[in-house]
Amino acid sequence: MMRLLPYLFAGTLFGFTLVKSEAASWYRIMEMFHFKSFHMYGIMMTAIITGVLGVHLMKKFIGRASLEGAPMEIPVKEQGRYKFILGGLIFGLGWGIIGLCPGPIFALVGMGSIGALIALAGALHGTWLYGALRNYLPD
Amino acid sequence: MDTLNYWLHSPWPWYVAGPIIGLMVPLMIWIGSRSFGISSNLRHLCAISQPQSIGVDFFKYNWREHSWSLLFAIGTMLGGFLAGVVFANPDPVNLSVEFLTQIAYWNIPIGEGFLPPVLFGLYWESIVIMFVGGVLVGFGTRYANGCTSGHAITGLSTMQPQSLLAVLGIFTGGLIAAHFITPALIGSINP
Repeated sequence: MMRLLPYLFAGTLFGFTLVKSEAASWYRIMEMFHFKSFHMYGIMMTAIITGVLGVHLMKKFIGRASLEGAPMEIPVKEQGRYKFILGGLIFGLGWGIIGLCPGPIFALVGMGSIGALIALAGALHGTWLYGALRNYLPD
Repeated sequence: MDTLNYWLHSPWPWYVAGPIIGLMVPLMIWIGSRSFGISSNLRHLCAISQPQSIGVDFFKYNWREHSWSLLFAIGTMLGGFLAGVVFANPDPVNLSVEFLTQIAYWNIPIGEGFLPPVLFGLYWESIVIMFVGGVLVGFGTRYANGCTSGHAITGLSTMQPQSLLAVLGIFTGGLIAAHFITPALIGSINP
């Protein structure tokens, strides 16, 4: 359990930042999709730039021990084509309706939002539905 | 001390928040070669609640191996609680004048806080909208194997082409919903 504490801290910083930056706000997401403010685009762009630089830096340490002990490596995503486009499209439709992606859903549930809790219940049902149907969906 | 207090309570500008969120990618690699992302926890929560003997193969695995991910999600909730309740910002979201003009046409009263009371209140229509929207989020993120954090931030930071496909899909879907679906849905709610 102690070994996993750093993940709790990282998650706390993530949730704190989502709320402090108002990225967890429905209004901010709608504002973004209607191109009415730079705020969310600024967050995404600086996050990706920091991520690129950070990963570039971490590549110098590949093979050395991570905090958990095992040698460090850069995780790779699985392959496919349609699932990324179609899955992304379906997720995007949901995001554009409820104005919350999964990170903010968790952060808002922590804030005690009933609406976010309903969205989480929906998301779990959607996840289960995918699990039941996945063999019929194109990769 | 006053400065710290100010930063804990006031909203953060994009150039502070963006780099912190981006920092999650190398941070998770450094902690344990993990891929930064949160939506896989939806799968783990299904795996936890599914009975061992019956059920869907997709949820038959040892979720305890993913405890680190669940702990990250618990942290996200804790962070939300700290930022939104303990160090709450008393002012409403500082939206652009252009967007305020826009939602005036949607005829939704803007409340305090992060979420329009009409959509996040306990009305039958809003409960159905939030639930069905949530179903799309859950289904789509598992099908695409990632959400905004996993694809837009982690995937693009590690230059994975699949993630670019996913981000294009996500943004297209979001644009369609925010422009053509959501305004109509909000209009259908009768508080």
